[in-house]
Amino acid sequence: MGKVVLVTGAARQLGGRFVRRVQREPGVDRVIAVDVVPPEHPLDDAEFVRADIRRPAIGRVLAEYGVGTVVHLDVSGTPLGSGGRAAVKETNVIGTMQLLGACQKSPTVERLVVKSTTSVYGAAPRDPAVFTENTPPKSLPSGGFAKDAVEVEGYVRGFARRRPDVAVCVLRFANILGPSADTPLADYFSLPVLPTVLGYDPRLQFVHEDDVVDVLMIASDGPRRGTLNSGTFNIAGDGVLLLSQCARRLGRPTVPVVLPAVTWVGSALRAVGVTDFAPEQVRLLTHGRVVSTDQMRETLGFTPSYTTAEAFADFARGRGAGLVPPGTAARTVDGLSRLVTLASKERIRHG
Amino acid sequence: MADAKVLPFGDDPRPRRGTGGAGGRRQHAKDAAGKRPSGRQGGPLAPVPEPGAPPDGREAAREPVGAEGAPPGQDSAEDSGQDSGRDGGNGWERRIASGLAFLRRRVTGDYPVDEFGYDEELTDQVLMSLIRPLYENYFRVEVKGIENIPSDGGALVVANHSGTLPLDGLMMQVAVHDNHPADRHLRLLAADLVFMLPVINELARKAGHTLACAEDAERLLRRGEVVGVMPEGFKGLGKPFGERYKLQRFGRGGFVSTALRAGVPIVPCSIVGAEEIYPMVGNARTLARLLGVPYFPLTPTFPWLGPLGMVPLPTKWTIQFGEPIATDGYPPEAAEDPMLMFNLTDQVREQIQHTLYKLLVQRRSVFF
Repeated sequence: MGKVVLVTGAARQLGGRFVRRVQREPGVDRVIAVDVVPPEHPLDDAEFVRADIRRPAIGRVLAEYGVGTVVHLDVSGTPLGSGGRAAVKETNVIGTMQLLGACQKSPTVERLVVKSTTSVYGAAPRDPAVFTENTPPKSLPSGGFAKDAVEVEGYVRGFARRRPDVAVCVLRFANILGPSADTPLADYFSLPVLPTVLGYDPRLQFVHEDDVVDVLMIASDGPRRGTLNSGTFNIAGDGVLLLSQCARRLGRPTVPVVLPAVTWVGSALRAVGVTDFAPEQVRLLTHGRVVSTDQMRETLGFTPSYTTAEAFADFARGRGAGLVPPGTAARTVDGLSRLVTLASKERIRHG
Repeated sequence: MADAKVLPFGDDPRPRRGTGGAGGRRQHAKDAAGKRPSGRQGGPLAPVPEPGAPPDGREAAREPVGAEGAPPGQDSAEDSGQDSGRDGGNGWERRIASGLAFLRRRVTGDYPVDEFGYDEELTDQVLMSLIRPLYENYFRVEVKGIENIPSDGGALVVANHSGTLPLDGLMMQVAVHDNHPADRHLRLLAADLVFMLPVINELARKAGHTLACAEDAERLLRRGEVVGVMPEGFKGLGKPFGERYKLQRFGRGGFVSTALRAGVPIVPCSIVGAEEIYPMVGNARTLARLLGVPYFPLTPTFPWLGPLGMVPLPTKWTIQFGEPIATDGYPPEAAEDPMLMFNLTDQVREQIQHTLYKLLVQRRSVFF
């Protein structure tokens, strides 16, 4: 049939991987990769179009190539190259508005996939332990990427109302990890010593970047038999890791900081440029967030190949050992237990 | 007897947080492992104690599990376990070995946690051992009717709430954990205040507690867990001493509709003894509002004696689990019927209140 797929945010790792993957799909005729800067990674046979989704020019791209499927991945928390938070926000919000406006005008678009995040649920002590797709957030994210995502989802809902003929799929990803992931949480876990909030041990969920690409493939294609791939879905690996477990598995010591001081530590780290320790990030690292993936399994028909723990293990392998690698700690304990055995044997021989 | 060696671990309420506390943690692990060998990994079930059997009998029955208590995959621990088994069952070394195996899993982060943050291993081996002295020796809790909690499938245990601090919930958790023949774990529903406080929220989540909301309760019940709820909430917890053993309003009866939707039985539970641990004679409302807590208790000893006033009175407790009330006979839309909800709520409340009166009549003294 010859489908034309347009992918935004192609200059990022995730966008690049998806572009390379989707062009190998049998039904796909052409892949148009869009971003403001040319990507550093290869896009193979895909056509790169340098366009800014914040400008109306994106509408011309849609019309020119007769795009049928739009995969909007340019919703991100970190700036690409230079540019501050303001530029990120503008790309997220204004970019989505422009893109959706262009899609609304386009007669050829029949499918829209949008990358979102589970941080739209916020994180608060009054929240239920597990969020489903329908859980209303108790405290809406007050700023940062989470707020952008809430606004993006609002525009997408409006678009779905105005163009009921377009299949719209919103994928709320848990924290994406993997060897090449460039998310704020991955930056956080790369710190030599992890600052944590004193007296809180948040529950975290991860999704592996391979699974992200796989689920994007499912969402950007026609629905498979017995499944429905339009709607909103939480995407996360099975199981839960506590932050303390993550730190031990990485072998990085933690420094508990009292909650009011966390923001100072965060801004100090940001000033040094180490990591983006945004308030929403602090909230996640305080209260944690776990989502239900029943809809993903039953309706979307997707089963992630990595559990939360496996995704984290794969990420940890790519990061190198921390200051106290778990292997060393385990060997210390083993040595201790050998010592005990030896001592007891010795005692029996003498006594 | 292993029992006699287990002492309360001083005043350290956070056994495993300290980064430099490896020594202290090993101590806990050792003692904990001796107290309750890691029977979870050992086999499908620990030997089943008779309900109401004396604690000595129970410990003796569990003893054999400790022999193969070291979990699979821990070579060194298994070695030493077998060695000591050959050497005539030296319990002390075995305990160290399984304690070290436990420590090994802890330092490498290799232990499972469920989606609510429940850390079963930590709860069984450390947290339970920390509150067990309070349960066995201080409040001398007597448990009746544990067989009313089903051995499999979900159940909602509904209890009265009292005592200024929610010690009754913790005691109920130990009661189910230590007495139920099928090794069931009670998952408590706690107020949102618990999850706002640092340290407390962390320990609560690890002990298997979660926020008292319909979503969490239903999710747990559908997974077939035993869920404990105290519908009186702060109204029961912070009621004045003069109103002891008078049940307060049972919320809006949300627990009944949750049980109905999940189709699980409701087990009424009456706790006697918790009312007198902190006799609350007054309530400093202004101070409470300033601190953002629902009430600020004034007891004959608190806050006049400072931290010493926080020592609870050593009352004798009785926890009685009553006849379960089945909810699976109702059609699904019954959960939306307010009249039925009120009737069922009243039925549960009446049953708890009657049992409370009965137990109070039987009680010889508050302290014995």
